[in-house]
Amino acid sequence: MADQIILNHVTKRFTTKTLGDIVAVDDFNLSVHEGECFSFLGPSGCGKSTTLRMIAGFEDLTEGEIELCGRLVSSSRKNLYVPPEERGLGMVFQAFAVWPHMNVFENVAFPLRIQKVNKTEITKRVNEALHHTSLTGLENVFPGDLSGGQQQRIALARAIVTNPKVMLLDEPLSNLDPKLRETMRFEIKALQRKFNFTIIFVTHDQSEAMAISDRMMVCDMGKIMQIDTPENLYNKPCNRFVHNFLGESTFINVEIRDGKAYPAGHGEQALDLQIPQDAAKKMVVATRPNEISLTGPGEGGFASHIEKRIFLTDRTEYLVPVGDQLLKVQTPHRVTFSQGEACAVHLVDPMWYPADDEAAEKERARRQLV
Amino acid sequence: MKKYGGVSAELAAVDGRKRLNMDKIMTALCFVLLLIIVVVPIFMIIYNAFFFEGKLDVRMFVEQLTEPNNLGAMWNTLKIAALTTVLGTIMGVFYAWLLGRSDIPAKGLMRALFNIPYMFPPFLGAMAWDMMFNGRSGYINKWLVQVFGLSSMPININSVWGIVFVEVSYYFPFVFMQVVSALERMDPTLEESARIAGAKQRQVIWKITLPLVKPAISAGALLILTTSLAHFGVPAILGYAKRIYTLPTRIYEVIYNSGGSFDGIRQGAAISVMLVVVVALALILQNRILSAGSYDIIKGKSMRPTLIKLRGAKIPLLLLAILTLVMIVIVPLVMIVLISFLKAYGLPLEFKNFTFAQYEKVFSANGTIASIRNSLFVSITAGIICMFLGTLVAYVVQKIKPKGKGVLEVVSMLPYAIPGTVLSIGVILAWSGRIAGINLYNTIWIILVAYLARYLSFSMKTSSAALLQVHSSLEEAARVCGASHTESLADITLPLIRPAMVSGFFLIFLPAMREVTTSILLYGPYTRTLGVQIYSLRDAGMIPQAAALATVAIGIIIILNTLVTKLTKDKKGV
Repeated sequence: MADQIILNHVTKRFTTKTLGDIVAVDDFNLSVHEGECFSFLGPSGCGKSTTLRMIAGFEDLTEGEIELCGRLVSSSRKNLYVPPEERGLGMVFQAFAVWPHMNVFENVAFPLRIQKVNKTEITKRVNEALHHTSLTGLENVFPGDLSGGQQQRIALARAIVTNPKVMLLDEPLSNLDPKLRETMRFEIKALQRKFNFTIIFVTHDQSEAMAISDRMMVCDMGKIMQIDTPENLYNKPCNRFVHNFLGESTFINVEIRDGKAYPAGHGEQALDLQIPQDAAKKMVVATRPNEISLTGPGEGGFASHIEKRIFLTDRTEYLVPVGDQLLKVQTPHRVTFSQGEACAVHLVDPMWYPADDEAAEKERARRQLV
Repeated sequence: MKKYGGVSAELAAVDGRKRLNMDKIMTALCFVLLLIIVVVPIFMIIYNAFFFEGKLDVRMFVEQLTEPNNLGAMWNTLKIAALTTVLGTIMGVFYAWLLGRSDIPAKGLMRALFNIPYMFPPFLGAMAWDMMFNGRSGYINKWLVQVFGLSSMPININSVWGIVFVEVSYYFPFVFMQVVSALERMDPTLEESARIAGAKQRQVIWKITLPLVKPAISAGALLILTTSLAHFGVPAILGYAKRIYTLPTRIYEVIYNSGGSFDGIRQGAAISVMLVVVVALALILQNRILSAGSYDIIKGKSMRPTLIKLRGAKIPLLLLAILTLVMIVIVPLVMIVLISFLKAYGLPLEFKNFTFAQYEKVFSANGTIASIRNSLFVSITAGIICMFLGTLVAYVVQKIKPKGKGVLEVVSMLPYAIPGTVLSIGVILAWSGRIAGINLYNTIWIILVAYLARYLSFSMKTSSAALLQVHSSLEEAARVCGASHTESLADITLPLIRPAMVSGFFLIFLPAMREVTTSILLYGPYTRTLGVQIYSLRDAGMIPQAAALATVAIGIIIILNTLVTKLTKDKKGV
């Protein structure tokens, strides 16, 4: 498969009056294959939207190069910048961005009219696009009279009507209600199969990204954290941030003494774990609440008790003290412990990460203000 | 209510009755006050134009309608208003776009500066332009003749085009401010999606941006149109010399010439009807041409719009914007200040001719100090009364919604479309002894009554907008906490809309301070307002004295505006 979108050392810096210099996007390198659905995932201020806007051409880059379908569209070295209207993209925005002064037909026909396509051809292609987005019959209605879901369909129809090779989706589902979100997700995938375009999907919703993507990029504070398939990101997160961002996580801060891992604030009992070779003095042990098993005392593991039991619809959650921390454990309903009962915790193949970095937390808070 | 049973149901019923009573009192009060303030004067105009001594008599009206001077004035009024509206709208939209969507430097500063022409009293601007480009004695005209050896004065500001030029200079901010704020609220992705669809910047402006701000453009244009149609100051100052009349100046002329006799006032009333018809026609026409869509462009996350790079045009356009400001603010200001120091009007602007004597003279003259005091008194009083009355009407219309709320709304907004001159005549007819023996003529109170009618809609509009934002659940939450209807009104709703009320006050106080159109017909020997005093001094040929007082007036306006901006910043509320 050919690479359709290539980012080479892409960097975006800007200066704000209140916060000084911000590196919004720091040395991004990635390539998206033809026909792939690729997600940019991260919290607000992570650089995902800025990256998308640089690909679309709404922002120029400070450094680096962007290549679309084999054509260089942005390059700091060559001082090249192709404006958005010449990049041949389709794009759907979070707030739909359908034009309230045009009816459905005119909205969808707009890109073709700009291209000066002849009238019969326009009617044919618009009707086709409306058919694929289940909008047939609404041609003469104005967007103001339609629901959010329908407005987003107009935006989709307008994006596919020119048959673009690359489709940029900027949080297209976050203004819709949850049921509709799922339906639209399937429809977008169906359209992709039909028209065979490449999708870049920007979202802060990890479950949405997981469900739709072939591969995804997780970024934080202007840096790429990890690019991989949803399974690999979930099973082998490269750092604590990615672990925490995808799925539910539970962490234990530990101190390594004499080749054993002691939970912070607990002197006596060590965790029953194999310590990785390169472990520092302070580490974080990360795992998923549903991957921890809970047994009665005396069956090995870390002895503790049940601090709190919470009945969730599909599983039971227990909060178990480990040192001065509370470990979140989720089990099927058939495993029952009562509040205060003694128990033992067994961690199965957890991930090990270096301990928290306070400076990083401060930087995150600062960037959220931008 | 029944399901609560017993005592609480009774309480609820009692409370319900109480609420009903208070609502009824407020509603009735609105109707009565609006009847007195707005309906009576308007009725008196129509009655006096068509009835004489209790009988239908259209002779006088027909006479006025066929009088060539009046027809000429009507034609001038239309011509000036139409040209001012078209040119002012183009200028307003252009600068709004320049400051809202291009990468022109120093945006914040420029935006603040572009609000100045709005504060600048147009009739003082007209005075300054007359000093510079009067067809016979304008200073710059004379200078041009001297330097270039011309045989006649090159520019004549005392013309229809001169009037249009000055009105455009001070009215374009109506459109500018509306469009700038619409552009700011507009979701930038609406424009971005057009770029993605393949449209060039120019196409985006014409096909997306302008159609989307059309409602704002049309609202601003309407404001220019009605203001220009009703405006007295500029055509009076520039037009009289060449006998160019508009309907408002013609009304003043007729009444002035008749020495304020009842017959003169009746003729004025007849011409007023013509003016009202013209305004009404203009409003209808405007509605037809710009039938504005009511679509909502305020959504999406707030994001910086992509600014259009002006590249090579950046510096020339910046210079053009600065030059515009210098032309319409600095130059007139400097001219007025310079003239205020002259020993006598007509002397060359040389240092040896300068003196402070004009300031001494104008302040030792009778009536100057009184005029400032009068203006302060009427403006503040009108501002305060309108602030409460406007909020009352807004509350009744928005929250109580009684039968006939439509009538209330229309009646309170009516003076907005009715020229100040016309309103003055109505007030004279109503309150000079013909109704219940109340005679306010030649007192300050008649000016106050006219201001109330004229400015009520301003405060009602701001309070209405604020009340719409106060969801009824906020008051309901207070009720649940045990507050009575009155308490929840006083503790929740009023504090929330207080900033809007305060800004409603200033919206009335500031223009009232520099007002001439209304008070020029209502002043008596001891009740001149600041605007009237300047106008009279100039009219009497004491131009340097008028300039001196104008300088003081502009000083007062600048100080007040600065205070207002300081005071209204950082207020919590809606």
